[in-house]
Amino acid sequence: MLRIKGLTKRYRTGDLALKGIDLDVPDGQVMALIGPSGAGKSTVIRCINRLVEPTSGSVALNDVEITRLGSGELRRARRRMGMIFQEYALVERLSVMENVLSGRLGYVNFWQSWLRKFPQADIDEAFRLLSRVGLDHMANKRADELSGGQRQRVGICRALIQNPELLLVDEPTASLDPKTSRQIMRLIKELCEERKLSAIINIHDVMLAQMFAERIVGLQLGAIVYDGPPTGLTAAVLTKIYGEEDWSATIRKVDEDAPDEADDNAIAKAMPPASLERDRMAGLN
Amino acid sequence: MTDVALPRRWKKPPLIKSAFLRWSLGLGAAIYLALVIQTTPVNWARVWEGIPRGARFIAAFFPPDFVTRSAEIIEGISESLWMTVVATVIGIALSVPFGIGAAKNIAPAPVYYFCRGFLAVSRSFQEIILAIFFVKLFGFGPFAGVVTLSVATIGFYGKLLAEDIEDMDMGQAEAVRATGSSWLQWINYGVQPQVMPRMIGLGLYRFDINFRESAVIGIVGGGGIGATLNTAFDRYEFDSAAAILLVIIGIVMICEYGSGYLRKWVQ
Repeated sequence: MLRIKGLTKRYRTGDLALKGIDLDVPDGQVMALIGPSGAGKSTVIRCINRLVEPTSGSVALNDVEITRLGSGELRRARRRMGMIFQEYALVERLSVMENVLSGRLGYVNFWQSWLRKFPQADIDEAFRLLSRVGLDHMANKRADELSGGQRQRVGICRALIQNPELLLVDEPTASLDPKTSRQIMRLIKELCEERKLSAIINIHDVMLAQMFAERIVGLQLGAIVYDGPPTGLTAAVLTKIYGEEDWSATIRKVDEDAPDEADDNAIAKAMPPASLERDRMAGLN
Repeated sequence: MTDVALPRRWKKPPLIKSAFLRWSLGLGAAIYLALVIQTTPVNWARVWEGIPRGARFIAAFFPPDFVTRSAEIIEGISESLWMTVVATVIGIALSVPFGIGAAKNIAPAPVYYFCRGFLAVSRSFQEIILAIFFVKLFGFGPFAGVVTLSVATIGFYGKLLAEDIEDMDMGQAEAVRATGSSWLQWINYGVQPQVMPRMIGLGLYRFDINFRESAVIGIVGGGGIGATLNTAFDRYEFDSAAAILLVIIGIVMICEYGSGYLRKWVQ
């Protein structure tokens, strides 16, 4: 259970990125965080594992107050939170296996990691995860030899081998094509179900959020303006999150994004944009 | 279309806005240059006399004599080589902590300023000046030379390492930090792979600089092939000196091709 209370972040430049966010994420829930660029989505996620230091407020994961931990305790807390990044953030000159095993860094000592002598159990788990995402034959390839979708799957393995209680996912599909985006989102959702993980997924593709998340939180200028099921995302709600002008742009974007096949295109055109319902979106795939 | 719009003119805006400042700076520079050229004493008669002397000097280099002083040449070269190896290894090993400390994106401000300061000081003295100082300190011989080259390597390599770390992709490093890694693990997994190829290339480049410098610091008493070269000049054995110069050129060329090959291989 993740419990966020009054989370505020003011950057050194003076920008108030988060204005006292309150948010509870129960175990096993996959939550999507949507909102326009600059709304503070990335800041929320980075304040949870303190890659960004919150200015005030509290973040508690299973009753451990994260904002007050010293550096050693913070590292132990970070092990329990797997993070998946926009643009994958794999260390490009390390092999796929090294990237996955780097998820175990919080559990092994420096010499073990330096000499790449990870415990056999970790290596078994790494191979199991890689074969789960269909990449076990790529273990010794360098990360920069992989395609975008493959890299993001390695990123997912790196997060999962930490054996986390919570997944923090920052724009996982930002640089992927529509089909790969769906595959990656489906994979994240399935893995969360398999492992009873809760996840916070930052995503600016409203349609993908509706398809794969059971709860949607809309963020606007550092404040929560919507919190509810995907079916509740009406035109009025999206207008509240993105603003009037941006909202029309989002509908256009949905129309352009949707057509994987000609049929989908026809459906998208036949439907009025206001009825962005989850069933229809799920039906696209 | 009846109305003719005036063509909009565009000119690149000048670097210095004020026309007065622009012209006076240009004129001032021109006047200074003219004065400086006038004050440089050029004695054309002496230049004329010098030309045949130079020709005789160069002619004395041929044919290069590898044989007469072969024992000294081999001894000097091998001394220079081990000085270079030892100084490069020590220098690079010591420059790693300073380089990491001098990278603004990963070091806290006080550490950053201290390390930057140290690197600036160790780079501000030319190798010859360092060598004179260390020869006075430790006496003649290769030890002073090794210390000189090590100090010079720290300044060079530390600065370039710091700048390479500052240019790295923070996303990759951030991802490693998010796994709960310790600081050393973070450096090893998030930073080192990103800077390694360039650092290997620069290490080889520094090796080749150190070898060439070892020839110069020998002249002021730092040991190595420079001492042999200096002796050859002092005894007017220009043919032996030519042989030494050719050997130096050969070794530098081997370093050049070797480092190019190795860089391609690690990339």
